[in-house]
Amino acid sequence: MKLRHSVKELWFGAMLACAVMLSLALLTWTGFSVSTILMLVVSAALFLAWLRLEREQPQPGSLRRHSVDSRAVVFTAATGLATFAVVAAVVIILGNIAWHGAGQISWRFIFGGTGEAMFDAHRAGIFPMIFGTVALVFLMTIGVLPVGVITAIYLNEYARPNSLPVRLIHGAINNLAGVPSIVFGLFGLGFFVQFVGGGIDNLFYGGQLHYRKPALIWAAATMAVMTLPVVIVATEESLRAVPNGLREGSFALGATKLETICRIVLPEAMPGVMTGAILAIGRGAGEVAPIMFTGAAYYLAHLPTHWTDQFMHLGYHVFVLSTQSPDIERTEPILYGSVLVLLALTFLLNLAGVLVRAKIRARMRSAHG
Amino acid sequence: MELHFDQELSQLKDALLRMSAMAEQSVAQSLKALVQRDGALARQVDTDDTSLDRLQMEIDERSVQLIALRQPKARDLRFIVMTMKIAAELERIGDQAVNIAHRAEELNKEPLLKSWVNIPRMAEITRGMIHDTLDAFVYEKPDAARAIIGRDDEVDALNQQLHRELTSYIIEDPHTITRALNLMSVAHNLERIGDHATNIAEEVVYLYEARDIRHQRD
Amino acid sequence: MDKPILQIRNLNFWYGLKQALFNVNVAIAPHRTTAFIGPSGCGKTTLLRCLNRMNDLIDGARIEGEITMHGQNIHTPEVDVIELRKQIGMVFQKSNPFPKSVFDNVAYGLRIQGVTNKAQLTVRVAESLRKAALWDEVKDRLDESALQLSGGQQQRLCIARAIAVEPEIVLMDEPCSALDPTATAKIEELIQDLKQYYTIIIVTHNMQQAARVSDYAAFFYLGQLIEFDATEKIFTNPSNKQTEDYVTGRFG
Repeated sequence: MKLRHSVKELWFGAMLACAVMLSLALLTWTGFSVSTILMLVVSAALFLAWLRLEREQPQPGSLRRHSVDSRAVVFTAATGLATFAVVAAVVIILGNIAWHGAGQISWRFIFGGTGEAMFDAHRAGIFPMIFGTVALVFLMTIGVLPVGVITAIYLNEYARPNSLPVRLIHGAINNLAGVPSIVFGLFGLGFFVQFVGGGIDNLFYGGQLHYRKPALIWAAATMAVMTLPVVIVATEESLRAVPNGLREGSFALGATKLETICRIVLPEAMPGVMTGAILAIGRGAGEVAPIMFTGAAYYLAHLPTHWTDQFMHLGYHVFVLSTQSPDIERTEPILYGSVLVLLALTFLLNLAGVLVRAKIRARMRSAHG
Repeated sequence: MELHFDQELSQLKDALLRMSAMAEQSVAQSLKALVQRDGALARQVDTDDTSLDRLQMEIDERSVQLIALRQPKARDLRFIVMTMKIAAELERIGDQAVNIAHRAEELNKEPLLKSWVNIPRMAEITRGMIHDTLDAFVYEKPDAARAIIGRDDEVDALNQQLHRELTSYIIEDPHTITRALNLMSVAHNLERIGDHATNIAEEVVYLYEARDIRHQRD
Repeated sequence: MDKPILQIRNLNFWYGLKQALFNVNVAIAPHRTTAFIGPSGCGKTTLLRCLNRMNDLIDGARIEGEITMHGQNIHTPEVDVIELRKQIGMVFQKSNPFPKSVFDNVAYGLRIQGVTNKAQLTVRVAESLRKAALWDEVKDRLDESALQLSGGQQQRLCIARAIAVEPEIVLMDEPCSALDPTATAKIEELIQDLKQYYTIIIVTHNMQQAARVSDYAAFFYLGQLIEFDATEKIFTNPSNKQTEDYVTGRFG
């Protein structure tokens, strides 16, 4: 491999390197001053010019290897560096957490309750938080999957494409996906807790307080609304990927649309639906803002037994530990341990989803041959 | 694997075999009418010829249909084309038999001129040629078909011999001219039948060997 | 022709504003194969899909005129399109076996109709596979995926699937266009065998195929029926000059 450069290319390379270094220096010493910006512009211009430099043309008909294009080398190096940076960041973060948190992990920690010793590293346990997180995710999934899948089925199989209802729903989904999670928390409080909860209490309990308070079910409902766009979009994509020939074949045999969907289309789209579920679960296990007003509690003496109870949550516990602790140094190990457990739990929940999807795919692969 | 097309082809083959049986029969009947001086039989040969003609038209129509609808290739194509040609030869053999029958009716008007020697012999040979060549067709034996071709020489020889004999009759006694000419005509018809049988043999060879052996002798 | 099983009268068809069929009149003979032939875009597939009302699935499709089966108009509200499609089956250009086992594919239509008895299903599936000339090749592989079969086998499976529900009419939309010559030949033989059980209507852009397998042929051009007659007449002596030009390969 020969690196042959013309003199012109070498000069350009040198100038570009100088310009970049000067920009960085100016940035460090003078911040975003005029000279820095000027230098950055010059560097960018030189870079673009370097890209468009004429390279040595190969002789026509020659099969010999030509000189390596330096652009290829630079870009390959750049992509490699970027990938490395990302991987390194993940490794460092996880490593840091694992390093500091591993020491805290013990049977007592995972399976014990907290008592008032929440901030005491030797006596704290986070089992209630784990239980609460899992319960939340479970209820959320039961809520979001049917609604999301059925909506996607309506959008893709029944509604006329690009009709007004479809465009309205897609618009709503897009907007919903962009709402900040704290707003969801307030929405959950106002709508689910106050309005729906209040309505249920008035209708069924004669005004007694049963539902009009933060509860597992309202937190799950709020999370379900938040993760709805992801499930709908993932399901829609996988429905769209089912070849239309299969639907036509089913219709031609005298099947109704519903039969076709239940027997052919939905089973074929299952892996995509599972992907949506996995993504939803990932968010559900981790988000804190939506559940802060709708169900998560700072401290509870016992585990939730009914979906009208409040619950403790790993993510919320991390928040509590870092903001409410009287002695941050003593609490630090618990913090790290909780974060580690939260990450592990999220990972396990995702893994469960991935395994289910893999099983579905394997069964489909035998059907697909 | 037996295709629907194969069934159609064997139906065509059956039609051709029926036609050859009818042609053979015509020749036999016309000779019988001649030798036994049976006028009724002679007229029968005439009427029977229409069935032969109709069968040829049927075979031609069916062959054209098969070519249009089935796009036959290779042996199937040769088979269909040769079937049409063999049917044409058989039809002309039938016509020659009718001619012989007509001569028979003419000859019945006067007493016998001479004993039957060459003519029955020619008839025997040509009937054998027709029979054997159609056998070669059915049993897919191109070599047997080839062997038939040689027999035509004997027919030609017998024809020429009879021709000389009858010429001498005419010179000796000019009153025999009508009968002699009629007999020469019959011999000529039989010689033509022999030629047609030879053509059929050549067509059978082409069908099974894809080799055109026509126009090669002397 | 015996009394026609399907009668198409003055049929006009539009995709939105674009008219695709102009005043089509065809009578389909029972237990015979009728071929729709013509160059691309002439409307033959459109007409085929009208017969089992598959065009109902297309937005903006509009139909005028009448299609009657055994004398009954198939577009009246009394006619259940689901029932109609059980009487008129369809085989598509690109074979579309379901991602299920061979057995489940053929049994699909039967299960839709409510047949659940395993013994009954087994018998009817075997019968359909035999009629479709596929039994010998799959009898040991009934539980394997249908997608593992070769292209020609998959198409015969689709045929078996269609005939399992015992329709009266089977529509075939260019069933061999995605297959190699050997597989095509097998299906052409099959079509000639199936005539004794069903009425077959086949759309094909391969006119030699139409010549080989059909009893009647309808030649279409630009949405109009140009000539409809016995196949042997169309291919030996068509009445219409356009038909003759098409059939001799002079255009289209």
